[in-house]
Amino acid sequence: MTQGSIVAGVLAPHPPHLVYGENPPQNEPKSECGWEELRWAYERCRANIKALKPDVLIVHSPHWPTVVGTHFLGLPHFKGLSVDPVFPHLFRYTYDVKVDVELSLQIRDACAKAGMATSVVTNPDFRLDYGSIICLHLINPSWDIPVVLISSNQAAFYFSNEIGAQVSKDLGDATRQAIEISGKRAVLLASSSLSHRHFVHEPDIPEDMSYERIHHHGQYLWDMKVIDMMKKGQCKELLDILPEFIEMAAAEVKVGALSWMLEAMQIPSYPAIVHGYGTVIGTGNAVVEWNPSLQDKNAKGRNA
Amino acid sequence: MNTTIVSKAYIVSGMPHILLAPEQSPGWTRLHEAYAELRDDIARQDADLILYFSTQWLSILGYTFQADPRPEWLHVDQEFHALGSIPYQFTMDVDFAQVYADEVDQLGYKTKLINYRGFPIDTGTIVAQKLLNPDNRLPAAIVSCNMYSEKEETTRVGQAAARALKKSGKRAVVVLVSSLSHRFHVQPIDPRDDKISSKKDDEWNRKVLELLAAGDVEDVAQTVRDFAKQANGDMKFKGMWWLNGLLGQTNDFEGKIFAYEPVMGTGAALIGLTPTAPIEAADLDLSQGSEEGSQAELVEELTNFDTMAMPSKPRKTAAPVSQPKPSFNPKASVVPRPENLKPTYLADYEIVSKNSAEPVGTYPHARRYGDFLFLSGIGPRQVGSKEIPGITFDEHRNVASYDIRVQTRAVIGAVKRILEESGSSLDKVIDIQVFLTNMKADFPGYNEVYNEAFKDIRPTRTTVEVGSLPTPIAVEFKVIARP
Repeated sequence: MTQGSIVAGVLAPHPPHLVYGENPPQNEPKSECGWEELRWAYERCRANIKALKPDVLIVHSPHWPTVVGTHFLGLPHFKGLSVDPVFPHLFRYTYDVKVDVELSLQIRDACAKAGMATSVVTNPDFRLDYGSIICLHLINPSWDIPVVLISSNQAAFYFSNEIGAQVSKDLGDATRQAIEISGKRAVLLASSSLSHRHFVHEPDIPEDMSYERIHHHGQYLWDMKVIDMMKKGQCKELLDILPEFIEMAAAEVKVGALSWMLEAMQIPSYPAIVHGYGTVIGTGNAVVEWNPSLQDKNAKGRNA
Repeated sequence: MNTTIVSKAYIVSGMPHILLAPEQSPGWTRLHEAYAELRDDIARQDADLILYFSTQWLSILGYTFQADPRPEWLHVDQEFHALGSIPYQFTMDVDFAQVYADEVDQLGYKTKLINYRGFPIDTGTIVAQKLLNPDNRLPAAIVSCNMYSEKEETTRVGQAAARALKKSGKRAVVVLVSSLSHRFHVQPIDPRDDKISSKKDDEWNRKVLELLAAGDVEDVAQTVRDFAKQANGDMKFKGMWWLNGLLGQTNDFEGKIFAYEPVMGTGAALIGLTPTAPIEAADLDLSQGSEEGSQAELVEELTNFDTMAMPSKPRKTAAPVSQPKPSFNPKASVVPRPENLKPTYLADYEIVSKNSAEPVGTYPHARRYGDFLFLSGIGPRQVGSKEIPGITFDEHRNVASYDIRVQTRAVIGAVKRILEESGSSLDKVIDIQVFLTNMKADFPGYNEVYNEAFKDIRPTRTTVEVGSLPTPIAVEFKVIARP
């Protein structure tokens, strides 16, 4: 069997506003428009991911928070209604998800082998978290690729961001090892915003873009700093400053999605593709893709 | 009982283990049984609704209110999914939700009534409602916990609940769903071995419980920040501010601790608070500042939506309603508390050292009680060895000779280790009793070594001669220290 590999990784923010702005048939609330910069960014990224023909999409979501270990889905099919508890007026989405249980359990086993506490969901009534649903919809709206969902084990962050980063590394290593054994081509999705301070007001028309802006200039500067590092392929340096970024920008990446993905990808040193950046109710969001195949093409192009 | 807008208030844990798996742990069983006591207590209340504030229902855009008259779902907790599903169908007091939302709206905070099929009611509220009000005898109202709010804002939202009750002419049973300390075990445990995740959390929980047992709601609200910082309070324990605002910011309650147990490391308590004086709804006061530096208010200030012509509702400028002063003087009515409502929740636990000689009876090496640490009698024996420093035995295991200096040093070393394992140290020793088997021969040598260790610490000391000690040792210390 061919060794499996991570064919791409995406920083994939999950504001429900993006699905709301798009008006897919699965989502009950309807909008006029909204957050096009980010939605178009997702469209560009989506085309790249589709071209890779991945076997599986693997999501790490902060909206599946756990503290007793890292959790995985252990049933092949989940169907239901996802309602965002904070923005229910924007997101009430009917989902029908196929799970790659085999790979899910392989990652679980690799985690257990590395000494991590794990748990597997076998309750068919379990409702999938909206953070996973949203970024999966935005990357693959046809839902024709099986998925693996990984909970955000937030226990390590009780202690410090640095310890949390170490746990993310362990989880990333286990994820990569399991993918390699599986022989599958996987795309990783780090479901996360960057800076994450919200406004506590919203316009009466939520999609009124004349009110959309960053919550605070300091957040914006931090977002630009980390995006610049991504563009320059400075992921190692980015991981080094991540604890500070988390503190200074109240960044959602605190709970491990980005560091998990970068560690699983063995800390890419090539430039990421930044498809777009936009704010959603004050938070900073970027769609960023690490795609080694495109990197190879770019390199060949430069060499030619 | 006094006629009041609140017949009774409770603080409860919303951990699903209490509902779904009480048999797995003695502590969870006790909580389940205590919930039954609360349920009976509520059944005796003359109330029109049950009002919940749960730290597990978080909002960002101000405050949300459940307004689906009959929400129903099959709920599964995201973390503890293995415990099973919880089917529910609740009856809500939608009219009250509207009145309450209007009151909060007048404070200038964003409000939203939620009426969507499948809206995820939080685990905590579901657990509490299933255990306290399973047959929907009382219609329920639920308000969210704003994740950015600080003391002043949360208190004002509590005060708004009191005004809403007064305005609607209703009396409520009020339930705050919140753990005390909220640090989970981070590894799977055998439920039978569940315990509060740290001694520090346990001590802080007990301090708060002691105040609540005395009915001192206002005092607890004043300690919320300290508690949250020290014990990782559930959502910063801000629910206590809401409860205090609603209950009139006084200490005029009879408190009762129905149960206090660990659930997956968190501090889970069931507490009842009976008003001993009528609860008065504070008048609407829009002049209150934000001396607390509320995060949410800071955000509002930064947002400055007014100058951006934000199409949101402006603050209503309702004139404060003049209310007659109550004739009742709460200070003149002192309700004696039964003895059983005065538990002392002092720290009380034992310390078993892994680095000191095994006890020769059924006692621990030390016990912490309140602000003191009591050590058992400590001799010179070493852990994992039958040898005693400084003693030479003959072939019949009789003591041939011993060196009191060596033995005393070994005792002081053992005392030091036990103190340090208990979170204390030698310089925190307050009092020492010393037992010698031969005062005349050994006092000089023991005293010399003692002075080396304690001359600068200067605990009080008593030295006595005893006929013998339980093993062939010549000296033993009994120590009291500060933890």
